[in-house]
Amino acid sequence: MNTERGMRNAERGTAALRWFSWLVYAFLYAPIAVLVVFSFNSERQTAVWRGFTLDWYRVLFRDAAIGNAVANSVIVAAAATVIATVIGTMAGLAMARHEVPGKRATRSLLYLPVIVPEIVVGAALVSLFGFLAMRLSLTTVILAHVAFSISYVALVVRARLACFDRSLEEAAMDLGATRWQTFSRVTLPLIAPGVMAGALLVFTLSIDDYIITSFVAGPGATTLPLQIYWMVKTGITPEINAVSTLLLAVTIVLIAAAQRLQVARRSTVFSDRGPGS
Amino acid sequence: MKSRPAFLLIAPCWLVLGLLFLTPLAIMLWLSFQQAGLYGAIDPGPTLANYIRCVEPGYVAICARSVWIAVATTLICLLVSYPVAYYIALKARPERKNLLLALVVIPFWTSFLVRTYAWMFILRDQGVINSLLMSLGVIHEPLTLLYTPLAVMIGQVYAEVPFMVLPIYVSLEKLDRSLLEAARDLGAGAAAAFWRVTAPLAMPGTVAGIVLVFIPSLGTFITPDLLGGAKGMLVGNLIQNQFGPALNKPFGSAVAMGLTAFVLALLWAYATWARRRGEEAL
Repeated sequence: MNTERGMRNAERGTAALRWFSWLVYAFLYAPIAVLVVFSFNSERQTAVWRGFTLDWYRVLFRDAAIGNAVANSVIVAAAATVIATVIGTMAGLAMARHEVPGKRATRSLLYLPVIVPEIVVGAALVSLFGFLAMRLSLTTVILAHVAFSISYVALVVRARLACFDRSLEEAAMDLGATRWQTFSRVTLPLIAPGVMAGALLVFTLSIDDYIITSFVAGPGATTLPLQIYWMVKTGITPEINAVSTLLLAVTIVLIAAAQRLQVARRSTVFSDRGPGS
Repeated sequence: MKSRPAFLLIAPCWLVLGLLFLTPLAIMLWLSFQQAGLYGAIDPGPTLANYIRCVEPGYVAICARSVWIAVATTLICLLVSYPVAYYIALKARPERKNLLLALVVIPFWTSFLVRTYAWMFILRDQGVINSLLMSLGVIHEPLTLLYTPLAVMIGQVYAEVPFMVLPIYVSLEKLDRSLLEAARDLGAGAAAAFWRVTAPLAMPGTVAGIVLVFIPSLGTFITPDLLGGAKGMLVGNLIQNQFGPALNKPFGSAVAMGLTAFVLALLWAYATWARRRGEEAL
C-alpha cells in the first residue's frame, strides 16, 4: 500500500519533471522561432501576422552594406580560423604530449582568454593598437579574433589527445615511419576530429562576435554583427529578422556539418583498415 | 620526447598570447594610473585618481546593480536548469539523452546578439507579447516590458541556461545510482534522498554551473545595452562608455582592472574550494 503510493508519487514526480523540461525547451526555442516566423511577415510595424512574404529577404540581398558586412565577416572568420587552428593545435599537442617548459604558467595563460570578460579584452586590445598607433582595420579585427580563440582550439585538442593511444605512434615509428610520416598518417588523422571541432568553434565565435569586434573594427571594417547591431539601434524592422534568420541558419548548418564530419572521421579511424592503409 | 620540438610547438602560442593578450592587459594596467586629458588625450600620471573615482556613489551603484543582476540571473538559472539536468541525467530514456543535451546546447552556438534581439522583438511595445494581449483585448495600452531590469534578466537567463545545465548534468550522470537505491531502501523519502544524497553528490557540478553563469553575467554588455533602459547601466556598459563617447580611457581601464581582479579572485576561490574537495576545477 505504502510502496504503491510511493510508486505513484514517483511517477507523478517524473511527469512533472518532464513537463517542466518541455517548458524550458520551449523557452529556449520560442524566441528563435518567433524571429524566424516574423521574418516572413508582410506587416512592417507591429508583430501581428498579416501574410507570407519574401520581401525582406529581397531587400536584404539588394542591400550593399549588408553584402559588404557579410564579405568582411567571412574574410575575418576564415583568416582567424586558419591561424588560430594551426597555432592552437600546435599548442594543444605540446601541452598534451611533451614536457613544456613552464607548463603550469602556460595552462593559466591558455585559460585567461576564456576567463577575462570580453568587454575587458576588447578595451585592452584597442589600448594596445592605440599604443602602437595602428590604424583600426580588418587586420586588427583578425588579430583580435586570433587572440581570443587560440585557447579554445588548444584546450579542445589537448582534451582529445588525453585519451589517445600512444602505442599507435610508437608502432609506426618501429615500422620505419619517419617523424613526419608518423604525424601526418597516424597522429593527425587521430586528432582530426578535435582539430575540426576547434576550427569550427573558432569560426562560429568569430562570425558571431560583437563586443570585441566593436572595439577594434575601424571604418570600413564593419562585420555582420556590427551591421546588425547598428540596424537594431536605428530601428527594429523585419529586415533584421531576415538577416538574423540567415545568420542562424548558417550557424546551425555549420554545427550539423561538423557533427557529421566528426562521426564519419571517427568511424574511418577505427575501422578495420586503420589509418594510412 | 625531447623538449626542442615541444618548445617549437608552443612558442607561436606564447608569442601570440603574450603580444595580443598579456601586453594589452599590461598597457591597460598602466593606463589606469594615467590621467585623462582633453578630447581623450592621456596625461602622464602616476595617479590613483581613477581608482578613487570608482568608489564614488554613482559608480558604486552601477557595480551593485551589476552584482545584483548577476546574482538574480544565477539563482533563476539554477532553478530553471536543475530540474532539466536532473530529468536528462536520471529520468530520460538513455537513447534520448544525447538529443536532449544537444537541444540545450544548440542555442548557445547561435549569435548572442541575434538571440538578444529576439527578446527586443518580443518585449517591445509593438512586440509579440503586447500585440497578442492587445488583439485579445486583455490590455488596451502596451505594457512596458522592454528597457526594464526584468528584460535584462530574461535576456541574461536565456543566454546562460546552457552553462548551468551542462555541468549539473555531468555531475548527476556520474552519480552512483546504487547510493540512491540504498537511501530509499533505508527508508528515506524521495525528498530526503534528494537533499541528503543526490544534491550533495552533484555539488561540484552545481558550483561549477554557478561560477560559469555568475562570471559572464558580471561583465555582460549586450543584454543591458539592448534590453536595459537608460538607467540600467552595468559595469560592462560603463567600461564601453569610457572607451567610447566619454573619452576617458584611464578611468575605463581602472574599472576594467577592477572587474578583472574581482573575476580572477572569484575563480581562485572556486579553484581552492574544488581542490580542497579533491576535484578538478572545471
